[in-house]
Order: sequence, then C-alpha cells, then structure tokens
Amino acid sequence: MNNKELTITAKNLTKQFGDFTAVDAISFEVEKGEIFGFLGANGAGKTTAIKMLCGLSMPSSGEATIAGYDIYKEPEMIKKNIGYMSQHFSLYQDMTIRENIRFYAGIYGLTNKQIKERGEQLIKELKLESFADRLVADLPLGFKQKLAFSIAVIHNPKIVFLDEPTSGVDPITRRQFWGLIYEASNRGITVFVTTHYLEEAEYCNRVSIMVDGEMRDLDTPIELMKKYNKKTMNDVFLYMAVRSKRKE
Amino acid sequence: MVLFGMPLAQLLLFGYAITTEVNNANIGIYNQSPGQYSNGLVDKMVSSGFFRLAENVHSEAEMLDVFKKNKVKLIMIIPTDFESKVSRGEASIQLIADGSDPNLASILTTSAEAVIMTWMKGSFTQKLEIETIDPQVRWHYNPELKSAEMFVPGVVTIILMLVSAMLTSISITREKELGTIEILYVSPLKPITIIIGKVVPFAILSIINAGLILAAAWVIFSVPVNGSLILLLAESMLFILTSLGLGVLISTVSNTQQTALMLSLFALMLPTILLSGFIFPVANMPWPLQIISNVIPAKWFLIIIKSIMLKGVGLAYIWKESMVLIGMTLFFIGLSIKKFKIRLQ
Repeated sequence: MNNKELTITAKNLTKQFGDFTAVDAISFEVEKGEIFGFLGANGAGKTTAIKMLCGLSMPSSGEATIAGYDIYKEPEMIKKNIGYMSQHFSLYQDMTIRENIRFYAGIYGLTNKQIKERGEQLIKELKLESFADRLVADLPLGFKQKLAFSIAVIHNPKIVFLDEPTSGVDPITRRQFWGLIYEASNRGITVFVTTHYLEEAEYCNRVSIMVDGEMRDLDTPIELMKKYNKKTMNDVFLYMAVRSKRKE
Repeated sequence: MVLFGMPLAQLLLFGYAITTEVNNANIGIYNQSPGQYSNGLVDKMVSSGFFRLAENVHSEAEMLDVFKKNKVKLIMIIPTDFESKVSRGEASIQLIADGSDPNLASILTTSAEAVIMTWMKGSFTQKLEIETIDPQVRWHYNPELKSAEMFVPGVVTIILMLVSAMLTSISITREKELGTIEILYVSPLKPITIIIGKVVPFAILSIINAGLILAAAWVIFSVPVNGSLILLLAESMLFILTSLGLGVLISTVSNTQQTALMLSLFALMLPTILLSGFIFPVANMPWPLQIISNVIPAKWFLIIIKSIMLKGVGLAYIWKESMVLIGMTLFFIGLSIKKFKIRLQ
C-alpha cells in the first residue's frame, strides 16, 4: 500500500430496501488511474452500489471514501470530484452539442475560457466539427455515447462512474469508446465501469463480480480465468452467475 | 380509484356548488329613517334565514368602506323619507349589491326583493296596494354588468396557476423520464439551485402572460385596472410563487409527465375553477365546501385581484388575504425543497 494512491475505498457497504438487501456488505479498494470493472447480472445490485458511491443513494450501513472524502459527511466534495454517465442516455436531446458542453461544464464551475478551450478540443477529438451546432437528437447513438463520456470527464474528475455506457452500441464504436476510457485512465482518472459485454471486462485492470448483492470475487481478468479454469471472462461470469439464487 | 372517484367527486362538487339558495349571507343595512316600519323591515330581513346583519352602516363613506373590505356583498338602504311615505304607499328602498361578484349579487338581490315583498304583504293588509314599495337595485362596481369585468380576474388567476404549476411540474418530471435529472443530482448543484433554475423561466413567462391578459382586457373589453398596477403585479408575483411551489411539489410526488399532468388537472385546476369563487360564489356553497375553499390559494388571490382591479383598493384592504398567500407560499416552497431530495432512498 506504499506508493498506491487509493481513490475509492468501501468497507461493508450495504443497502437495504425493507427486507431486501440489494447490496450486501461489499468491500473493495480502487487505485488512482485504474480501470475497475464492475460486473453482475441484472438485479445483482450494480446500479444501487454505483448510486451509493456517487452520493445519489444513502447507504444503510458500512463505510466508503471517494477521492478521499467520506460518503456520509462530505457528499458535496465528492460530487465536485466525480463524473457520471448512466445507462439512460443523459444529454439534453433538444440542445446542440455545444450547448450541452457549455451546460455541463458550467455546472461543474469551469470558467468561460476553460469551457471554450476544452469544448473545442473535445469536439475536434471526437471529429464532431460539422455537428457541433446541431441537436444531440440528430447524432447516431455511438456518437452520443462518446460525447456523453467526454462531457462526463470534461472537468477532469478524479473518478468517473460509467453505468453500462456501451449498451446498444456497435462493436466498432465500442472499441473507440474504450479508446477514450484508456485515454482518461492515462490522464490519471479512475474509471469505474459496469458492463454487460464480457469481452469488455478483459479490457479492465481488475474485475469484480457481483452475485446476489455480494461481491463474489475480485481480481485481474487473467487471474480470474486461471482460477476458475476458463478460457474467457464470459465463461467465468456464467459459471458464477448460474449460482445466483435471486430470480430476475 | 381515479376512474370511479373522479366522476363522483365532480358530480358532488357541481351539484353542491351550483346552488342558488342563500343561507345566512352577510348584509349591511343603512337605515336612514329609524321607526316602526323600517325596524320591522330590518327584523324581517334578519329573521328570514337568508341574511345575517353584519354591518350597521351610518354614512355613504362607511358604505364604500364596507364594500372595499369585502365585509358584505349587499347593502339595503332605507331612505330618510321611508317612514313618512310608507303609509302613503310611495316609499322606496335601495338595494346596493357588490357587482364584482355578479352571480352572487344577483342571487342576493333576488332573495332580498322576495323578503321585502313578503314583508309588505304581511305588514299592510288590504289598505295599501302591493306595489307601493319599489326596491331599486343598483350595483356598486361594474354597474353595467359587463361580464368581462367578472371573468378577467378569474382568467388571470387560472392562467397564472396553469402556466406556473402545470408547466413546472411537467418540465421537472420530463427530466426524470429522460434521465437527465440524474446528471443534475450527481452534480455539485444544490437542490435549491436546481429548483430555482427550473422555475425561473416559468415565473417570467407567467408574469408576461398576466401583463398580456390585463392589456388585452383593457384594450378589447375596456376592463380597467382601477387600483395600483404595481400592487397588482406584486400580488401576481406572489401568487405565481405559490403556484410554482405547488408545481415543484407535484413533481416530487410524480415520476412521469402523465402523472404530473393528471395531478395538476384534477388536484389543482378543477378545485381552482370550481371552489375559488371564480364561477360559483363561495358564500353560497355548503359549509364543508366553504371550509375546503380556504385552502385553495386561488380563492385568496381572486379576492385580491378583484379588489385591486374593480374596487381600486390599496394594500390596506387586502393585507390579510396577502398574508394568507405568503403563508401558503412559504409552506409549499419549504415542503417542496424538503421533498426534493437529492439522495434517493
């Protein structure tokens, strides 16, 4: 633990809805710049866990710090230091691309000069110059998702949470999307990502697998495949998920 | 529940609200000729069950004041020569009704006329002709009975409510449906900032709307604003705040635009139209409805706007109603900020 800088620590984090335990005492740590895969079947508790970590949902018990801030005491500081992109497409469809960039950057308190510089840079990188003043609704889905990700990290957060960012996107765009994720990771941004596409899990530095609200395992993809003696992450996941007691 | 409950509620509301009976309505009496006959007439009025003597008026100035303060909607004037002329069959009586509420005014004068007729028949037997006392009905405010003067204040009220509350709630629930609200929740923005950001456009829209309606009413129907325009705009701003608070409140309890729309329509618009006194006079409603009408913000705003527009009164006459609105506004806004939780449970 000497040289590692931890950006997320969670200890026995739990969320209950009445009798139902959506997230059951999960504990883990994530390093700065790490790409952390968060896998689990539908209903395994992924979204609930992410919502707790982002300050959207109050944990029932347990502890966690995000970017060094306590999840109970300093939610305001956490919010300034994270980016978030959800599975629902979350840009304003009836605003242009430039307007969306200005709006989000403005929310996170970027100055007009920063907004202009980073906005133009972002548009250039995504090759969206000819679309910049058109409505987001007119963009193909893949472009929308890439744009949403770029906007989610426009304020250089310490951590970005991605909740199934690539669902419904074609494989080529997905590959490009992961290019963006690596770039962000190289800039020192921690990436916390959930996905349904298990070949994507192999792109992560480490992967955790949630089953029935519990974190069943956590390791690098290679170690996991070795441990369960499977050739792909897909097989590892199926092997574990089949043991789920929860019905969808 | 909604499917079967609503029609029933509507039926009961309409059935009870559209009543033409007068029950213990407050009236003022200006008896300029106290005496045997005039006192008898006053007694008859008060014991008829229709009216309750709320004010004994002693001068013209006092009469105006009583109307301005909304204490009574009808004043009966017994002229100085009543006592001497009544036995000769030449007496007259004046009924002055508050024309800012024409429906109620006509119901009240009709009932008063009926009481006077009954009194005549009872007091003078065959000696006098029936038609001797001629009640002259005059309407104070809106003497020409222009319907525009009645509906303009009501329409302003409804529009302000509609634009502010309904559009606010729909615009917030729209973001819930699209998922964009999550981004706002996750951002460092405070709940109050998000709410202000959502309601400011509608506040501006509403006040422009109010100005437009007032201007159109003046140009097209020549309905003037007799009181202070500044005061009217300030009070409108207050009512807009009340409605915005309600709008945000509705959006916190509904997750879809459709729910927000239904709630705005059934829980807000209908009671506003039916129970505020816009169409059916509150004084005529059965007492349970009268009590309910007190919690409807539009009822208070309607009194305020009618007082300013038609009676031309200043703040001194409507401060109580304004205080009620301020109280409601604080309550709704406080409650909605509290319910607009960023941390979902």
